[in-house]
Amino acid sequence: MAGLATTFGSGAMTNPIADIDQAELLLLIGTNTTEAHPVIGYRMLKARRQGARLIVVDPRRTELADLADYWLQLKPGTDIALLNGLMQIILKEGLEDRAFIEERCENFEELRDTLESYTPERVSEITGVPVELLFSAARLYATTDRAALYYTLGITEHVSGTMNVMSCANLAMLTGHLGRPGTGVNPIRGQNNVQGACDMGALPNVYPGYQNVNVPEIQAKFEQAWGVPLSGEIGLKIPEMFDAAHRGELKAMYILGENPVLSDPNTNHIRAGLEKLEFLVVQELFLTETAQYADVVLPGGSFAECDGTFTNTERRVQRVRKAVEPLAGLADWETVAEIMTRMGMPARYRDASEIFDEMAALTPSYAGISYPRIERDGLHWPCPTPDHPGTPILHVGKFSRGKGRFQAIDHVPPGELPDEAYPFLLSTGRVREHYNVTTAYSPGIMALWGEEHAWINPEDAHALGLEADSRVRVTSRRGEIETAIEITDRVPPGMVWMSFHHAGSPSNALTSHLVDPVSGTGEYKVCAIKVEKLIS
Amino acid sequence: MDLIPVTIDGQRIEVPEGTSVLEAAELIGIDIPRLCHDPVLGAVGTCRLCVVEIDGMRNLRASCTTKVTPEMVVRTGTPRVQESRRTVLELLLSDHPADCLTCEKMGSCKLAEYAYAYGVRKGAFAGAEHHYELDDSNPFIVRDMNKCILCGKCVRACQEVTGKNVLGFAFKGFDTKATPFGDTSYLESDCIFCGNCVAVCPTGALTEKGMQGQGRTWEMEKVRTTCSFCGVGCTVDLNVKDGRVVGVTSTDGTVNDRAMCVKGRFGWDYINSPKRLTKPLIKRDGRFEEASWDEALYFVASRLGEIRQRYGSQAFGALSSARTTNETNYLVQKFARGVMGTNSVDHCART
Ligand code: SF4
Ligand code: SF4
Ligand code: SF4
Repeated sequence: MAGLATTFGSGAMTNPIADIDQAELLLLIGTNTTEAHPVIGYRMLKARRQGARLIVVDPRRTELADLADYWLQLKPGTDIALLNGLMQIILKEGLEDRAFIEERCENFEELRDTLESYTPERVSEITGVPVELLFSAARLYATTDRAALYYTLGITEHVSGTMNVMSCANLAMLTGHLGRPGTGVNPIRGQNNVQGACDMGALPNVYPGYQNVNVPEIQAKFEQAWGVPLSGEIGLKIPEMFDAAHRGELKAMYILGENPVLSDPNTNHIRAGLEKLEFLVVQELFLTETAQYADVVLPGGSFAECDGTFTNTERRVQRVRKAVEPLAGLADWETVAEIMTRMGMPARYRDASEIFDEMAALTPSYAGISYPRIERDGLHWPCPTPDHPGTPILHVGKFSRGKGRFQAIDHVPPGELPDEAYPFLLSTGRVREHYNVTTAYSPGIMALWGEEHAWINPEDAHALGLEADSRVRVTSRRGEIETAIEITDRVPPGMVWMSFHHAGSPSNALTSHLVDPVSGTGEYKVCAIKVEKLIS
Repeated sequence: MDLIPVTIDGQRIEVPEGTSVLEAAELIGIDIPRLCHDPVLGAVGTCRLCVVEIDGMRNLRASCTTKVTPEMVVRTGTPRVQESRRTVLELLLSDHPADCLTCEKMGSCKLAEYAYAYGVRKGAFAGAEHHYELDDSNPFIVRDMNKCILCGKCVRACQEVTGKNVLGFAFKGFDTKATPFGDTSYLESDCIFCGNCVAVCPTGALTEKGMQGQGRTWEMEKVRTTCSFCGVGCTVDLNVKDGRVVGVTSTDGTVNDRAMCVKGRFGWDYINSPKRLTKPLIKRDGRFEEASWDEALYFVASRLGEIRQRYGSQAFGALSSARTTNETNYLVQKFARGVMGTNSVDHCART
């Protein structure tokens, strides 16, 4: 989310989910919404039925691509080129929002100069999208009054993820599609509380509310509140932690509710890092692949077993309620509080709301929120005071950082592309029925969707002699796995698509070790593989 | 917007143009019986239970599809209205299995509720009855089409909420059936098992398989919470009986308007999985052994203390989770920063 923070001053969905009903045009980039966020997908389908126009940018022919006015089937990892191309057309045709750019943005000239070389022909060459489609999409987006842009992992999970995000922001600013109902730049967050985990400062560079750890006044504020000295040095991101573990510098880890062995890219590197640790604590519901490496496993509690809050993708802070007692006796927060207390920092909270109140007192964007206020419906942050109604739409009249800053960005090719030895491009993602690790323990879900199926185009399947019931070995420079397949023209020739939900075929054994240097997000969307038929 | 004055059962009220008589009545607390109407679905007026008398109109009108007009005078409970509703219910019951004792829907069945309210018993009309086989071929939804009253809510939910259009009415007359196109099973159709059809079904025709035999509605505590399976954050009800979650059902929520997906409605049962950890584990000689909380917490605190002492703060890193609550995340980062002295805290970057 660093991309939006740099451009706008805040890195979250700019508009609420309900705004989908108000948009006249939905521009979806790298988001298979009906699969990954079904209930938002329903809303998009409904908007489409009621006449909203639809542009879908995706290498895969998704359900929404089938319904789109324009489907831009770009080559994976060429989003920046595509967006630059659209922007060049908009400028050349004079369709930009002059007033918006002049009053509310800065650094326009630099962007304009960069766009110069992204002619429709060149962009078509890089992306594989026909020139006419580029024109049609650019004109429709620029000339529609209420046009909303949505994206998910298809944009962020690249080495250029942060820059992809900035390019989306550029496009929206250029056309003035911000700060009004039915517009905006909207990253739909995958996991239920990824927004909240970021907001709470489970990040190496910021305290709760994106307050920088290396600003002395902020450090002093938290030192005073917590009564301990704190470090002003930015910490390690996940990949850096595992690198440090490899080098023997990181000796101990506490991993709560994550299964990096299955969910992070380049599994083998992670396993080796975990093995080198002197002490590993894992707090989890199940004895996961990651927990196997632990010295101590602490049983976790499910969402039904604790009070608390989640912050959803539209920045709405909502209540989570304890319905049953924790199976193992302690809710997750109680376990952490126990350890803190035993290590000399008393954390004797009577209930979850006391933690929330302590956090809110230190976090300006949450300061006005409290359990009684969100008893029924939840509130959108920023909500600075107890009488503030919350902020469903960001950047109305003015950006969080003042002026919206255009970022001049050049196309960066993916870190690893197919070659002779590894001729296919692998992309990974989410399916509707699964959610990271937990759903694998749902008998009903597993009965219907128990196995990975790698998607492969009929042309490629034919060339490899594959039938519908074939199994294949998929190999990358980092690992190999076996999987069943589905032959479908929803992926183009040369591309294979897999989910990352199945321990039996852990696709992240294959994915790239490369990460976005800014966000630390792994490049799950592009890596090179080869595919061989398994003889049964 | 223009406000339209109307009188319902003697009460005067002004409502926005386009309001239906049924909605206007609701605004003043008059609950008109209805079987095929749902606030999130288009009104069709097929069940005829919501009929009312309107001055100047000869026939009774379905209040869900009749829009208010200026100075309209409506009566919702006249003998004529009551009689008409009774007839509708008698007809429905004549072809409805007398199976309430074991029906999963008992306690929340709209048909039973209205039959009771209007004192209607089975047997007023004798006629043919359906004998469909129970369909429980999929893992999530049980279909007993003998209990279907053809209100069409499932068809509309699939179309208007989920946008899937899996269901329709097959066959004609007495044989009419609400079913996937081609009268296949849900499994063979394009169904994505969102269960939005189950959520709107007023009778025991569509029910959650996982909740069969788990308890009666009135025995269950409903706990309003937020779904934990994706960033949409749908509001849902956990159904709890005897300290155990036995189902997840729709409730009014701003984010999702009662809609859910397969994970939220049916994928939650991992929380009752026998594979869950119930005791802390400590690895000794490469093997996990069960330990008490006290022992495990003491061990963790002392080992981490040693590491902090021996190698310094930079030797520690914490991963928090995008699945757990804000409160837990806050504590994990406070722990890493305040106790271990490092800013090396992150969470899995799968955004
Ligand atoms: S299955 Fe239920 S919702 Fe569908 S038509 Fe029959 S009674 Fe109505
Ligand atoms: S479960 Fe969902 S998709 Fe399937 S028939 Fe019902 S509403 Fe349609
Ligand atoms: S019900 Fe489905 S769409 Fe809604 S929050 Fe849960 S997983 Fe997401």
